[in-house]
Amino acid sequence: MAIDRRQFLQGAAAAGVGVAYSGLGFGQSAEPVRLGLLTVKTGPLASGGIDMERGLELYLKERGGMMAGRKIEVIVADTGGSPATALTKTQELVERNKVHVLTGPLAAFEALAIDDYVRTQKIPILSVAAAEDMTQRKANPWFVRATSTSAQCAHVMGHYCATVLKYKKMIVIADDIAYGQEMNAGFQRVFEENGGKVIQKLFPPLTAPDYGSFIAQLKTDADAIFLGFAGSNGFRFVRQFNEYGMSGKMKIVGGMTALDESVLRNMGDEALGLLTVCWYSAELNNPINVKFAPAFRKIYGYDPGFYAAATYVNGDVLNAALTAVGGNAGNKDALMAALKKTSVQTARGPVKFDTYGNVVGNVYVRRVERKDGRLVNAVVETYPDVSQFWKYDAKQFLANPVYSRDWPPAKNLQ
Amino acid sequence: MKRSHLLLLVVLIALPWFSGEYYVNLASQILIAAIFAASLNLLVGYAGLTSLGHASYLGLSAYISAWLSLRMGLGHALTAPAALLATTLTGCAFGWIALRASGLGFLMLTLALSQIVWGLGYRWVGVTNGDNGLSGLTRPAPFGIDLANSAAYYWFVLIITTLVLLVIARFVNSPFGATLRGTRDQPRRMSSLGYDVWGIRWVTFVFASFLGAVAGLLYVYFNKYIHPSVMSVTVSAEALLAVIAGGSGTLAGPVVGAALVMLLKNYASAYVERWNMLMGFVFVFIVIVMPAGIVPGTQALLRRLGGGRK
Repeated sequence: MAIDRRQFLQGAAAAGVGVAYSGLGFGQSAEPVRLGLLTVKTGPLASGGIDMERGLELYLKERGGMMAGRKIEVIVADTGGSPATALTKTQELVERNKVHVLTGPLAAFEALAIDDYVRTQKIPILSVAAAEDMTQRKANPWFVRATSTSAQCAHVMGHYCATVLKYKKMIVIADDIAYGQEMNAGFQRVFEENGGKVIQKLFPPLTAPDYGSFIAQLKTDADAIFLGFAGSNGFRFVRQFNEYGMSGKMKIVGGMTALDESVLRNMGDEALGLLTVCWYSAELNNPINVKFAPAFRKIYGYDPGFYAAATYVNGDVLNAALTAVGGNAGNKDALMAALKKTSVQTARGPVKFDTYGNVVGNVYVRRVERKDGRLVNAVVETYPDVSQFWKYDAKQFLANPVYSRDWPPAKNLQ
Repeated sequence: MKRSHLLLLVVLIALPWFSGEYYVNLASQILIAAIFAASLNLLVGYAGLTSLGHASYLGLSAYISAWLSLRMGLGHALTAPAALLATTLTGCAFGWIALRASGLGFLMLTLALSQIVWGLGYRWVGVTNGDNGLSGLTRPAPFGIDLANSAAYYWFVLIITTLVLLVIARFVNSPFGATLRGTRDQPRRMSSLGYDVWGIRWVTFVFASFLGAVAGLLYVYFNKYIHPSVMSVTVSAEALLAVIAGGSGTLAGPVVGAALVMLLKNYASAYVERWNMLMGFVFVFIVIVMPAGIVPGTQALLRRLGGGRK
């Protein structure tokens, strides 16, 4: 079918108007801010990844899809939990979808895989991944993290176990991935510097089907065990710990993902009384969270945990930064500077950033309790304004190697 | 046939001028996967030896080149040949071990060897940096041409891919290639004719590991980051899937298969949430409709259509 003259004229007129608009600058302000969400929707990390999407979705829904007077267009990419795919998906978001800002990814190795690309493309990224060095020895100038490094919360737990709970001997166990290793190392460092002794370190593989062989190895003279697990592994460990008749013989404490709200809903009385540490709890009583947590629960039927809160908090941080630059996401340098200068109230409490782009914020010690028939992480102690360097001097902290299986060395193993 | 190949090459060369940067990068990855699958096809298709451990060579050469440049501070002119050499030597040793068996035994041995390499990648933290991987890598700049640019790197990969495919074509069409196919179809008869079946297989194994190492170098240059998951059995299996889907024992098969896998994984996943399922369906479809693979299947189809018209 040939285009007749009338259609052609209409088309030409529309094109003319379009050109005129963009010439006048209207085009730019009408354009939405494109936000790329890097998450994991397939594979073993998917449950956290889907929560990340839900948290962000809810944040935007509450605000009519707007931030700082601009429409926000979210483009979701599934990295599949693989570093190579994470890079391809980031390229897709940046080059094809032309996103202004990124949020995510979930896993540390994904963040490391896209590190170099983010630097060269100069894309501000609000990370969820906890990899220590991304805001430390290899600090990426385009990177802000409003959640926590692997060890940021574990430092607090180390202090709490040594000084408040007065544990003397402890075992640490975590998934054998960088995240688990860094978390255990941070815990061990602070715990031992406050008079405790880590007498055993265990690292089961991430996908261990059964913890029986690890539970059988546990040194029975330990006061407590610290769980640095991610995903549903903490829940599986606790259940098997009880099945092996270990409950009561040793206390259990956990890191920020050991007993997340997203797995707590599948647990029973065996979880009651367990202490974990995190930068968030669905029970937090601040003006933002008292709206967010019930709203999330109403839609999805469970409490928001680490991952849902992560993108929700990132939403507030981005909103504040966009407001500071008048909604102009096109100027990446200005946006990045605004992000780093952000000081904003969020669902986790106040958030501000250190010079490396990592959050300085509250960390909460939480106890599993039953409330209205469901298990919750009730806050028992708040450590205000915790930095990724704990109480150490940043320069001295960074002069040490990054936390690992072997650093800091464990001198008290039995 | 030859003309169509040239036409395809011209289109591929011109790609960066008419497509966006994202597609150029995707094309680079497809080409790298194609080299990798083509190298595996030497074993699977031409030698009749199904390996489930080919990712070791990709990973080893990537890790060796990354380690040499990061820890030893060597330039690309040294790291690339060193990585190729070391990986090929590993291939010599692994081939010597794995070729004690054929068939299922060979598959299990290659799987076991690759699991060792993968385990080392995760656990030998002092060298591989464990789960954090090695980052801070660069791309080489041969003859002063900066390959940091997507298009430049794409052309670089395209040149290497063309060379590799030409070499493979020469290899399989040579008298040696004919004896190799002989050992696949009739090992006993070849042996009684005086051919050293084990030797022929071993040479092929080493050659395949060398080409796998070439893919590994291109892979690490592209990603500028290396993580142990690249040596996992999933990566080996994906390459095997590409070979089988495209058509094992054909030159074009692995290339088509690799393109299919990469497109499903990276492109289709942007539109289809359950892309794993889609990938499964596609492969089931291929196995049912074209059991020999896409390339032989399509050729047969065209032949039938052509025959019907005449």
